[in-house]
Amino acid sequence: MSFLTIAYAALFYAATAIMVAGLVYRVYLFASSPAPLKIPTTPAPMSKAGVGLRLFREVVFFESLFKGNKWTWIFGYAFHFGLFLVLLRHLRYFIEPVPTPIVLIQPIGKYAAFAMIAGLAGLWARRFLVDRVRYISAPSDHLLLLLLILIGVSGVAMSFVFHTDVVAVKAFFLGLMTFDLRPLPGDAALLVHLFLVAVLMIIFPYSKLLHSVGVFFSPTRNQPDDPRERRHIAAWAKKLEQS
Amino acid sequence: MASQEFDIPELQDYVEIPPVTVGATGHLKPYVAGAQFQAPLGFPGELVENWQEKAIDKMGELLGKYRSLQVFLDSCVKCGACTDKCHYYLGTKDPKNMPVARQDLLRKVYRRYFTFAGKWFPKLVGATDLTREVLDDWYSYFHQCSQCRRCSVFCPYGIDTAEISMAAREIMDSIGYGQKYCNEIIGKVFKIGNNLGLPGNAIENTLEGLEEDVYDATGVKVKYPLDKPGCEILLVTPSADFFAEPHIDGLIGYGKVFHEAGVSWTLSSKASEAANFGMFIGSYENMRKISLRIREAALELGVKRIVFGECGHAWRVAYSFLNTLAGPWDFLDPRYPVPQHICEFTYDLIKQGKLTLDKSKNDDMVVTYHDSCNVARASRMGDFPGGQFVIPREVIKAACNHYVDMPADTIGERTFCCGGGGGLLTDDLMELRVKGAMPRMTALKTVVEERSVTHMAAICAICKAQFTKVLPYYGFEMDQIVSVHQLISNAIVLTRRTDDEDEEGGDEEGDD
Repeated sequence: MSFLTIAYAALFYAATAIMVAGLVYRVYLFASSPAPLKIPTTPAPMSKAGVGLRLFREVVFFESLFKGNKWTWIFGYAFHFGLFLVLLRHLRYFIEPVPTPIVLIQPIGKYAAFAMIAGLAGLWARRFLVDRVRYISAPSDHLLLLLLILIGVSGVAMSFVFHTDVVAVKAFFLGLMTFDLRPLPGDAALLVHLFLVAVLMIIFPYSKLLHSVGVFFSPTRNQPDDPRERRHIAAWAKKLEQS
Repeated sequence: MASQEFDIPELQDYVEIPPVTVGATGHLKPYVAGAQFQAPLGFPGELVENWQEKAIDKMGELLGKYRSLQVFLDSCVKCGACTDKCHYYLGTKDPKNMPVARQDLLRKVYRRYFTFAGKWFPKLVGATDLTREVLDDWYSYFHQCSQCRRCSVFCPYGIDTAEISMAAREIMDSIGYGQKYCNEIIGKVFKIGNNLGLPGNAIENTLEGLEEDVYDATGVKVKYPLDKPGCEILLVTPSADFFAEPHIDGLIGYGKVFHEAGVSWTLSSKASEAANFGMFIGSYENMRKISLRIREAALELGVKRIVFGECGHAWRVAYSFLNTLAGPWDFLDPRYPVPQHICEFTYDLIKQGKLTLDKSKNDDMVVTYHDSCNVARASRMGDFPGGQFVIPREVIKAACNHYVDMPADTIGERTFCCGGGGGLLTDDLMELRVKGAMPRMTALKTVVEERSVTHMAAICAICKAQFTKVLPYYGFEMDQIVSVHQLISNAIVLTRRTDDEDEEGGDEEGDD
């Protein structure tokens, strides 16, 4: 077994552990911190089912962002939806046999990568061109976009230019999942791609990528509008009543 | 404060997004609360010695108490969707008035002390120590947010800068760096019962005067009772309704509506304030203490229902928080929501055909309606989402022949704050108030020019006071702002006589 294979195997085990542990902790933090007051942004749905629908629209269509800024919505949607298709396509590296829907999506996923990169480029351009967005951008905001673009570009490069041995790549990842190490091909594009993905996984729970879980815990979006009908009180606030 | 020396924005046909102008309103700071105003609220009288440490501790405490704070500080991606949504940014051009930048004043400190990235790579993620300079920025810019929630409508994660501002003010209060305006007012509520410090007998005199005025004008003895036990309804209204214009015309209207409904009602000297400034300073404890006065008054007077007068942030606390803070309300009549808004009450009567309204009495006006921010985005009226937009308009239309809406992107959930909400309605922030009103003034100008609008109606004591002051800066007249129930008051035909007043109330009290 080559040093490279062992190094990348270790990297992915570590990245997965950090991402999962970090996310679990953050979700625990979000879920366990109380929401003492009813603060949905109104008009808001009055039932839990309505709230489910509101969150669905928020997560699937970026409803609020659509109201807020059409350019950001277009670029953001191109990136996220492109990423979604690309991720679906990548499932083939982790499942054997590959389910039919994943087989069918392969050609779409291949080109979705371009939408993803274009969206990221648009979002990055805004950070330079719009003075307000420039003002609020920290170095990490730029670097994260750079990281995602490099992941996308290295992936596309493998799809269209520097083909790698995908059968071996699949064997490597299936092997990782069963703790049975298989050799990883040593192509530069692949190594860059995988390294950057591991970096992304590691910073996920410590960065603004937390928005992906935060949206589900946002009280302005996930609370039904029913304060007159139902008394809502947090445990710490209840204690004030007993004193 | 010195005489106002600042540029008044020139109104355009629509609001242009201004270029970022760093530091444009960095000089704006409301007066700091002295020890005498801090003490009644349980806050230290001056900046404590180890304020830095205390502030970080307080931040940690609040993170554990408010999920909103934790989630909002963690989730922002700096997408920029909110950057052109705040009326204060649009009016002042100061980038720290962009919602995300305002949040970042707190977020950068949160990151430094509470996150891995901020502890180890502060420069990379824009984290900073809590320095005196940062604290002063907090004081300045968290008092340039009216907690109107407009930003939260457009944020893909629903981040509400109001929550961040409230937390920041709570932290500052806890280290002895409170705002005079809010804290002095809360002290008055605890001591006297209302924001304006009007004692019971002053209110009584005012109400007697109103009864005489209404009798002189209509020949009908409409009652404005105070502390009358055994009534059906307790009316809780902002204390500005007792003396300010056009607020008081609204109060006259409520009385006429109750009169025509034939229900017994009373005001309370203990609960003589609907507004709850405890929310502005983010203090759950103070907000609860203020709310409990209403519970006590309702119990003492033995009422069966609670109705709130026209007041914006007050309606948020009433509608969204009162059940939490001062409930359960199981001793009140379960057939009615607790509390009810006066517009809901009037709307129901209109639907039932119980009010006779002569719309022609308002024919000298073409009316538009300003959705007050906290009614629009933090509450509801009626039994369907968006009732807070429909019901006040239906009430106005029932009393007026000529009604026109302002442009769609300035009303409803997208409404602009008046510029004086959230604890900023103080003369030492006049520049901010004038500039922050610019987006609303622009929308008003549009309908004044294109649709001949003459008056703007509102259901918020702060909006009314703010517009009275600010309209003249933009070339309008101060009396172009009216109360919604002022329009009802003008149009209502009084058909009942006081002698038969008690037929429906059915309670023991006779007329005095």
